[in-house]
Amino acid sequence: MSKRVIVIFPHPDDETFGAGGTIASLVEEGAHVTYWCGTLGEMGRNMGNPVFANRETLSSHRKRELEEAVSVLGIDVVHLGYRDKTIEFEPLEEMVTHLRTKLEEERPDLVLTHYPGYAVHPDHDALGRAAVEAVKEMEEPPELWLHAISNDSEKDLGEPAITRDISDYWDTKWKAIRTHLSQADGMVDLLNREDQLERMKTERFYTGDQLR
Amino acid sequence: MEPIVKEEAQKEIDRFAGTPVYVHLETTNGAYASHFNAKAHNVGAFIRNANVTYEHGKIISTGGGYRVGLKLELGWVYAEGLTDYEVDEQNRLLMAGHDEQGRLMVALEISETPFAHEADHHE
Repeated sequence: MSKRVIVIFPHPDDETFGAGGTIASLVEEGAHVTYWCGTLGEMGRNMGNPVFANRETLSSHRKRELEEAVSVLGIDVVHLGYRDKTIEFEPLEEMVTHLRTKLEEERPDLVLTHYPGYAVHPDHDALGRAAVEAVKEMEEPPELWLHAISNDSEKDLGEPAITRDISDYWDTKWKAIRTHLSQADGMVDLLNREDQLERMKTERFYTGDQLR
Repeated sequence: MEPIVKEEAQKEIDRFAGTPVYVHLETTNGAYASHFNAKAHNVGAFIRNANVTYEHGKIISTGGGYRVGLKLELGWVYAEGLTDYEVDEQNRLLMAGHDEQGRLMVALEISETPFAHEADHHE
């Protein structure tokens, strides 16, 4: 049976920016990957450049962009139905139960989410925390890979256990980045910085036993 | 959205005066401000679907942008830095201020019906 992977992040584009190369490589290795996308990113501040979205239409653009991105990456998407910017204010217990129930149905081998407390955006930290707790509550917990973003993650947590050189999948990741048109400009700006570009070609994850 | 034309925007603001409306008011400098600059602070606030009635409202040009103030019976709604606007197909007045990269810095929106993000309608 093929490896079952669930990716849990809050925003359309987190999957591509944070883990696009890893996802593409897992798919090529035969894994069945599904992105559980927490929100529609409806409160994002990037509106395209030049601007083509507004606060009310942004959700539609981002949903459509995500559909293209997951098609590029070769994965499925499930929307969890939370609200952008508000995940940390939801009752944690309810989210944990929601995620655990769904995970028990899917019985994944691997769950990929944000490292709670080290993922910069409050939605990243909050959904990552709920996902980690949900996995901990499972009788047969899947493997956990955790994406950390904050500048102090290595100082506090040490080196991530998993380092994936995704150079071979860079074209796919780049294509997926470009599908997130309303958001891509901020990202592309980043990529014009050489150090950031090299950073994007390596994806690193902490493992569940590195949680503290 | 289009660059604000003050006289047109004023007409739209007048159109909603004296009737109960829903307001979306927001400002943000993004969730990554302090990630990219340790000296920066993340600042943001939004209120969605505040149900208010304003007696009158006024738009003021500041040269580079616009301020809008709406006078309520017991208070004010205020936004600074607005640059663009549109009246959408639901007849709502959407105003926003964008930086040079098209990122939203501030928004003030007025509607006779509650705001729902567009994708909510086709979920």
